[in-house]
This record gives sequence, structure tokens and C-alpha cells, in this order.
Amino acid sequence: MLKSKSFIKKTRSGGVLKVVREHYLRDDILCGWAPCEECGSRGGCATPTPSPSPGQGQGPGGLTDNPHTDSQLCPQPHYLLPDTNVVLHQIDILEDPAIQNVVILQTVLQEVRHRSAPVYKRIKDVINNPEKHFYTFTNEHHKDTYIEQEQGESANDRNDRAIRIAVKWYNEHLKKSHNNTQQLQVILITNDRKNKELAVEDGLVAFTCDEYVKSLVGNPELVDRLACVSDTANDIESGKLIFREHLPLSKIQQGLKSNHFLQGTFRANRDNYLEATVWIHGEEGENKDILIQGLKNLNRAVHEDVVAVELLPKEMWVAPSAVVLQDEGQVEADDEDEREGLLKTVTAKTFSKPTGRVVGIIKRNWRPYCGMISKSQIKESTRHLFTPADRRIPRIRIETRQSSALENQRIIVVIDAWPRTSRYPNGHFVRSLGNAGDKETETEVLLLEHDVPHQPFSQAVLSFLPKMPWVITEEDLKKRMDLRYLYICSVDPPGCTDIDDALHCRELENGNLEVGVHIADVSHFIRPGNALDQESANRGTTVYLCDKRIDMVPELLSSNLCSLRSNVERFAFSCIWEMTHNAEILHTVYTKSVINSKASLTYAEAQMRIDDESMNDEVTLGLRRLNKLAKILKKRRIDNGALTLSSPEVRFHIDSETHDPIDLQTKELKETNSMVEEFMLLANISVAQKIYEEFSECALLRKHPAPPLSNYDILVKAAKSKNLDIQTDSAKALADSLDNAEVPGSPYLNTLLRILTTRCMMQAVYFCSGMDTDFHHFGLASPIYTHFTSPIRRYSDVIVHRLLAVAISADSTYPDLMDKHKQQALCNNLNYRHKMAQYSQRASVAFHTQLFFKNKGIVDEVGYILFVKKNAIVVLIPKFGLEGTVLFEEKGKQSPKLYYNQEVPSLTVEGTMFNMFDKVTVTITLDASNVQHQKIRMALVDPVIPGVSVPRNTSQKNTNVEEPEMKKAKLN
Amino acid sequence: MAGMELFSDQGYRVDGRKSTELRKIQARMGVFAQADGSAYIEQGNTKALAVVYGPHEVRGARSKALHDKAMVNCQYSMATFSTGERKRRPHGDRKSSEMTLHLKQTFEAAILTQLYPRSQIDIYVQILQADGGNYCACVNAATLAVIDAGIPMRDYVCACSTGFVEDTPLVDLSYIEESAGGPQVALALLPKSQQIALLEMNSRLHEDHLEKVVDAAAKACGDVYAVLDRVVREHVQEVTTLVGE
Repeated sequence: MLKSKSFIKKTRSGGVLKVVREHYLRDDILCGWAPCEECGSRGGCATPTPSPSPGQGQGPGGLTDNPHTDSQLCPQPHYLLPDTNVVLHQIDILEDPAIQNVVILQTVLQEVRHRSAPVYKRIKDVINNPEKHFYTFTNEHHKDTYIEQEQGESANDRNDRAIRIAVKWYNEHLKKSHNNTQQLQVILITNDRKNKELAVEDGLVAFTCDEYVKSLVGNPELVDRLACVSDTANDIESGKLIFREHLPLSKIQQGLKSNHFLQGTFRANRDNYLEATVWIHGEEGENKDILIQGLKNLNRAVHEDVVAVELLPKEMWVAPSAVVLQDEGQVEADDEDEREGLLKTVTAKTFSKPTGRVVGIIKRNWRPYCGMISKSQIKESTRHLFTPADRRIPRIRIETRQSSALENQRIIVVIDAWPRTSRYPNGHFVRSLGNAGDKETETEVLLLEHDVPHQPFSQAVLSFLPKMPWVITEEDLKKRMDLRYLYICSVDPPGCTDIDDALHCRELENGNLEVGVHIADVSHFIRPGNALDQESANRGTTVYLCDKRIDMVPELLSSNLCSLRSNVERFAFSCIWEMTHNAEILHTVYTKSVINSKASLTYAEAQMRIDDESMNDEVTLGLRRLNKLAKILKKRRIDNGALTLSSPEVRFHIDSETHDPIDLQTKELKETNSMVEEFMLLANISVAQKIYEEFSECALLRKHPAPPLSNYDILVKAAKSKNLDIQTDSAKALADSLDNAEVPGSPYLNTLLRILTTRCMMQAVYFCSGMDTDFHHFGLASPIYTHFTSPIRRYSDVIVHRLLAVAISADSTYPDLMDKHKQQALCNNLNYRHKMAQYSQRASVAFHTQLFFKNKGIVDEVGYILFVKKNAIVVLIPKFGLEGTVLFEEKGKQSPKLYYNQEVPSLTVEGTMFNMFDKVTVTITLDASNVQHQKIRMALVDPVIPGVSVPRNTSQKNTNVEEPEMKKAKLN
Repeated sequence: MAGMELFSDQGYRVDGRKSTELRKIQARMGVFAQADGSAYIEQGNTKALAVVYGPHEVRGARSKALHDKAMVNCQYSMATFSTGERKRRPHGDRKSSEMTLHLKQTFEAAILTQLYPRSQIDIYVQILQADGGNYCACVNAATLAVIDAGIPMRDYVCACSTGFVEDTPLVDLSYIEESAGGPQVALALLPKSQQIALLEMNSRLHEDHLEKVVDAAAKACGDVYAVLDRVVREHVQEVTTLVGE
């Protein structure tokens, strides 16, 4: 096996330590070109393709035998060989399907790995894509391409030389081959001028990335995706330096150590582009923030970057301004100074906060941004500004020739660099998402902005699906309990296709009841570690948008094989209790089973069956028994101090053809909802106890920490203003006092209080039992809790299924399941995905609400004040579950007299006092003045305050932008 | 920055070996004239010296003598200059006494001790340069030294360490691979009978993977055996030609 054994010692001195390493050079590394007879015989493979020896992936694609790319610069067939900087900066180009047949050197790959983890991940993905034909050449271990660092040569120069040697070797190697009849060659792609010169001296063919991409015939759009890395030539051109230089990392570290500088996360202000705060991560958990004001002090930091800041002397401290400033594009520098002056005069010395300036960037956290192009005024210009959807991100200058095509489209752009001379960062166009305002495009934008993985499932993932037609075999039946004879039914919302739970209840001979909760056995189909498992673990949860569902598992599983539909045989994981009629659990059994659901009902249908006395079939009888038990269970839970909270939820009635929302309705809760919920809670708690008992170190559980008492302040104050007393010392006291908080005449008040209470709560999170000590679930008042009942749409449940299956010895274990650190890492991802799923759901509701009001025009509605702010009130409209702000200060208008009392809290506007929970009438319009940020605007109608409130809709005849559109909508 | 990539997608390790390849082994027997048996081995950058005395009468406390077999006495030490940092290494620290014990167990299993009742066999090994796989180098060196001393053994004892990275067993770990902290299995094998003289594992390895790792280690021990056997045969040939003249 071992042919070459000559080895070279590498010494690496760091401090006083001398490290000696072996470095073996080999002569059996293949060049990757299939017809090469030298490598073919050496590799010892009979097949012409350079298939690697077993157990190693040489890059599944390999190079194609006869590459052809139409380049004007190089008409002969060729392979590309990019250097490190090209891979780092032009990864977008390399990812393009037009670029194929590329040799990536090990030297390049290692340098990339060292310098940027995300790019490394991307290039690895490209290499592993068989259609791209990328080949990794292990040049550092090849006997002919390895070189030693010479005296006085820097590591970078050495690597550049190694790359050139490899190109040279490749060309000579290919020339030697008799099969190479068409002068196949390898071209070096480098943006480094010196490197290119040296390469040409050596007789190599070398191009810069720009030259090569521009020479490509048939792919002009690639040019736009070229990253514009600051070229020295450009700097001289536009002499004026706007920003101070960023300090080098070594100086920053010195400064941080001597407490001269502070390190923190940069958070741009949403409303004022000249202002930002930096969150300093204090040592003892103390977090403080430092205000940064003015373009020069912001010094090219972008939202989410980790930066180093220097505090300004105290006399220069300022207060955060309440001014809203939108960056309006190209302004002259003098003008900018004026604006900054405006910022400062507003501020009063008394409220001044620690203020500083950014001196250096520790870590950039740039990502691809969604947004729209704002076309340059000059018609022929190829340089345009891009306005991101997220207002905290500055505008980005991009270069494109397709500006007219991209106008009114949502596009994705990445930042490449922000030179000192430039007012805006430079970036490049990545891809277009579609026309702005389209439902598909907007959905795509909100999925991207919330980092929700939503691509179709890859072939690799789909390959792990069971082969259709899928049948239950004898063997399956042997391992599972046969429950097909039971009268099992499922109760779900209408239109639900991923049914993951079903129930049954029957009377036993001894008079007790047998209650079964049957959950779809997803873990039977998703085996640990395969591509399907990894993909669902990454997705973490199914995301339900108003008009779309982004599945966690492929549809074949979610809507068919796993879904517990009626009258088909399905695998289930069952949890069966023997209970007394008083809902005391006598005995619990967990088992994998086969079931045959007799009916899949909606909540309404189930309710009807229970209420209809003429129906007495087995399913209905079971439902009645379940309903009776659920009521007992619920009462017991509430007596224990479980909270019943409330949040306004809405459903859209969607037009079947246009898919536009035509009506809005708040979700209605029936008795059967709570019946199903009760048994799911019971199953979850039972399973949580079981898996924790069995695996005290690595059980996946869910906790809901009790909120700190200060969170309740606003609630207690608000209740006091209505002469109500809310106790917050314990969950039980809170629940009781909420129950008693009734004011005659305002039936909605209690719901409002519960909505407000929900806002005081903490987020419930998944965690691994070995990594935490506090397991308590505050909202449910349960000492232990987990998620077991929805494995089709939550990955946490899949893990819990696996744990439980191991606990009852129905399945085998695997290493990652028992590793608490890996488990915790998984939990962190799940928590992140759940949070993002929630945000995107809210964003989707908000978008549909906008569509709804766009069609509906202006309406007056009754609402309640949810919060009172300094210059505004937040109003909730129960009918639509819609929340909006009524602003009393407007730009360019004389603001009314405002008095804000923080203690109550209340706001007095021109003599009219607003308290929390007051009933008001507002008019709702859609503000479409900003295409990217359409929003719902509310204005006060009642109580009438002269100069502030607007007249009622019916009498309203003033010029409104929305009016013509409204009429059009009515014609439809 | 991420740590080092121990095993690349192309199937190469940091030093350019494939997963099943050993480091270069060079060995010499009979390096010292005064000892009964001696050997020197290099496995890559790990260098070890082994010296064997005996069998001889039990020295010191007679009571330690075993009436039915020979007593095997081992001592393991590391030279002060064997690692990157020069360090005094007193005898009998925890690490070296553990190593001593392991060596003793290994060779009690391999040497036909019942042939020499009431006597003692001393095996001294020293690591001159450490670069991973110290135990294995010691065992291999000691095997050669015992053979050089002419003490009958059941079979050669060949040792090799194996790690487990990226779902692949890596054979004959170097220092960088060892210090990455993954699971590591050291196996000492009697190759002809495939009997295990010693199996030691540190860090956690899932049960499912154990068989794969031990198989890889056993195969590597076979490779070590081939090298050791060649060294012995060459040495014997050399000696016989000298004697023959």
C-alpha cells in the first residue's frame, strides 16, 4: 500500500514549544482526470472513472472527461483552478451551475477552512454535488507538488507558490498522457496581481476572476454576481476618506485588556440610521449598552457585528434622540453634518447616556439580505443602491446591468466590503425572488428573513422514504400490539392532513376505563443519522403560514404514511392508561402498535356527536367518556395552579381562486379542543416522567421558567386602575385572581387581562435533563413536561419517541441519543427554529391582514387600549385580533399637548385621559407609501379630540390615497 | 477557528496517511552487548528502546519468587527530552506505573513463564521520543528484545492503537490525533492465534462501533507483525552469517 516513505519534518514554533510532525508524501494520489493512463494504472481501479478506494469519498462527481466552457479567452477545453482568495470572495460564482470542472487544491481548502467557516461549508457542499464536477486534489501530500517554505518566505507566498506548482504539475501531467488529444489544460484563476505575474512567468495560463467570467459566452448574468473587492485603483479615484481606519485586531485586544475599549454587539436603531447601541457583554451577567451617534462614530459597523467601542469623554455624552430619520439616499456630506447637528440640539444634558464610537470590528456578522433596488437617477448607470427590508441594515451599493429588470423585484444581496472612502458598503447581487407584493415572493422573503429552511427536500433525503406501495408485513405485526379492533378516532381542526394523534376510551370488564392516546410512529420511518433524519432535525418544526405549510418531513410521511387517517392501518406509538371513573390512573402501558382509526373528525363534528343524544355508536360513546374524564382532569390541573391564558388568534377565509383573504375570524374554542388538549397533556407528562426515570442524564424535556416578579408590574398597575387586584406570588394565586377579575359591564376585560398576562410570561424551552436542574413547567403547573404527541410536525417529539422506544426496549439506541452535549445542542437548534417559526407565522398573519385591509379599504372598528406609551396608545381590535399603534405625534405637524403619567400609567391628550383597557374607536387604513414596508395605520375616531381625532368613516371625504383602490375592490 | 481536520473527505489524515496505514516502522535488534536482549524501534517519530535481562534468579526478596513460573518484572520510563517540553520524569508517577502494569500483564500472557519456575525476567523500556502510541511502541520493542534474549514466547506480541474519527477507525495514532481527545483503543495481539493479550480503551466509544475499531486494530497488528517478523529474520540471517564464518 505504502509506496513513498520519504518524509519531511515540519517545525512550527509557538512560544518555546517545538512541534515535530511527520508529513508523508505519496505517489498514489489521482489527478482526477478519468482517461489519464498513469493515474488509472496507479489507482488500480478497473473502471475508467477515478473511483476512490472504499471508505473514502473522493468527491462524488469527479471531473468530466471532455469539459467545454465557451470562453473567449480560452477556447480549448480546460479545468479551472482557483486560488484561496477567489474561493473566499467569489463563492457565489463558483456555486453557479455554469461553473463546472474545477480543481480545488488541499492548500486552498485548508486556507479557506482557516479563514471562513461559512465559505468552507459552502465550498464543501459544492464539492459534494456530483453535477458540479469539482475535484479535490490533495497536493500537499503528493510527492511532486509538495514544497517547503523557503527562508524568508511568508506562509501566504508559500501557499501561492504551492498553488502555482500544482497548476504546473497538472499541465505537465496532462500533456504526458496520450489520451489527451485535445490539449486539455488547467487554468489558474487568481485576483492577486503578483501571483498572476509569477504564474505567467512560469509559463502558466492565469486569469483574474473578472477576466474569466466576463469572457464567458452565454452567461452574462454571472458578471453581476462578481464580488467587487476593493481594488487599489478605485481608492485613488475617489480620494476623500469618510471614515476613520479600523484598528487591527492586536491593538483592539490590547485596548480591551486595558479597559480602554469595550466589546459588544452592534445593534442599529430601527428608526434612526444615525444612531445605534452597542450591547456590552459584562462579566457578571451585567449588560449595559453604549449609545453611538453619527455616521463617523458608527464607523461602518453593521447590525449584529461584534465591535470594539471607545467611550467618549463625559461632556460629549448625549441622550438618545426620539427623532425618526430615514436614510434617503445620496446626500452630500455637508448636508449630512447638518442633520447630525439637528440630532444634537434636540438632546437635553440631563438624560445623557454613555456615548462612544466604534474603533474596530471584531467579527462581521454579514448574511445575505433581502430587499429592493432603488434605481440610480442616471439612466445608463450600472451602480445602484439596494435598500434592505430590514431597516437596521444600511443601504448597499451594487453593480448590475439588469437594473430595469430588477426594479420592483425582491432581490438578495450580500455585502462584500465597506471601504473607508465609501458612504455605503459595496455588495453584489445574488438572486431575484420575484415581484414585490406577490404572495409567493413575500412569503419567500419572510421565510428567508426568519431563516426557515424551505427548499424542496433533496434527492438524498427522499431516498430514505419507504418504497411505495407500502404494506404492513407479518414481521411488523409480530413486534407490535394489534389494536386494530379498538374504536379509535382522531379529532383535529378542519382541513388537517397531518394527523398525529388519535384517541380511544372503552369500559373494561372490571368497571374501570381504558384510555388510549395513539401517536403517529414517525420514528419508525425516520431512522437516526440518515439524511432524512438530519434534514428534519435541522428544520426542527413544521411552519404553518396562513396559506402555506412548510413541512418538517416529506409529504409522503406527513400526509400519508404517518398520518393517522381513518379506515387505514397505521403504525402508532400508544400510551394506554387504566383509569377509574374519577380519572385516577391505575396503570400505564407504552407500546408500539398497529391501529385502524374508525373516524377522523373535526372539533365541530366531535362536539356535535357528543351533544346529539340520538347517536350511540362506539366512537361517540368513547368521545363522551373522554369528554367526562377531560373535565375532571382539567379541573384538577387548574386547582393545581395551571394558567388559562389567552392570545388573540385569527383565521383567514381564503378565496379559493385568488387565494386572497376575504374574511377574518378569531379562532373559536370548543369543548372538544380542550378535551383533546387534556389527554395530550396527560400523555406528555406521563412520557416525561418515564423517560426521565429511565435516562436521567439525556432525557429531552420542556420547561417553562416562572417569570421574574418585575414582569408583572404593568399588569398589576393596569388592573389597579380598574380597581382589580392581581396576585402574582404564585401560579395558583395568579390563576385565581385572574378568575376573579371581573368588572360588570365590560365582559372583554378578563380576556384583555389574560392577553396581558401572556405577554408577561417567559418563553418555554426544550432542554436536556443532564444539563439543567430546574424542570418546572410554570404555565401547566407540572413538575416535568415534554413533547410527545406531535412527531409529524416537531422534531423534539421524534427524539422523545426514540427515548421512550429504548426505555420499553422496542428499539435500539445510538450514540448521539445518549450524549447530553449533543442533545443540548439539538435542543438549542429546536428552540431557535421554534422561535423563528413563531415569528414567521406572525409576519405571515401581518402580511395577510394587510392584504385583507387593502381589499377592504377603510373601516372603523371598536378596540381596547392594550398599552399606553409616551406619545401613543396601542390598540387591540378583538374582532380581527389586530394590534396597532395610534400615534399622537406626527412628522411635520404641531403635536398636541401630551401628559404621560408613568405611575398609573395614563396619557392625557388635550385634556382627554387614556387609561389601559379603555374602549376606543379607531379607523384602519393601509399605508402603502413605502412599497417595502406597507403597514396598517390606525387613527383615533372616538373619543373625539379636536385636532387629533379623525372624523368617522361615513362622513369622511378628504383625499386619501387608499380610496380609489377601495372602490375597485368593491367592484370585484 | 475550528480545530484540525483529522480525516479529510478525500480519505487522508493530517500527515498524509490513509485510515488503515501505519507509520513507517524501523527496528534493530541486539543494540546493546551487555544486556541479554535489546531492541530499538522507531514508529514514525515515536522512538523506544527495550532491554531484557534474564531469566535469572530472583533478586532482592526471595519470597516474591513464584514456585511454578517465572516472574516478569517491567519498568517503563520516558526520557526527559522525549517531548516538546523538557521535563523531569520521576519513576513511579501514576502514568508510568500504569504503563508498567500494562506491560507486565501483556508479557505475562505472551512469555512461556512456566518454563522457568522460581526465576525472574526483567524488561526495561524507555521512550526516547514521544509522538503518540507510546504503549504500542514499547510492546513492539520489548517483543523484539525478548526474542533477542532467546526467551520462548507463545507468539510475537504486536500492539497498535486505533482511534475513531468521522465514523472511521484510524490506525496507529500520532500525537496530534491522540491529543484531539477522541476515543482510543490500544490492542496487543498474538497474531497467529489472534488472541488478545491486552485491550485498553479510554474516552467513550459507542458499543456499536467497538467491533469495527477492534477489527481495524487487529488488522493493523497483523501489519506490525509482518514488519517485526522481517526484522527478526534479517537479524537472524545477519547473526548466522557472522557465526558461520
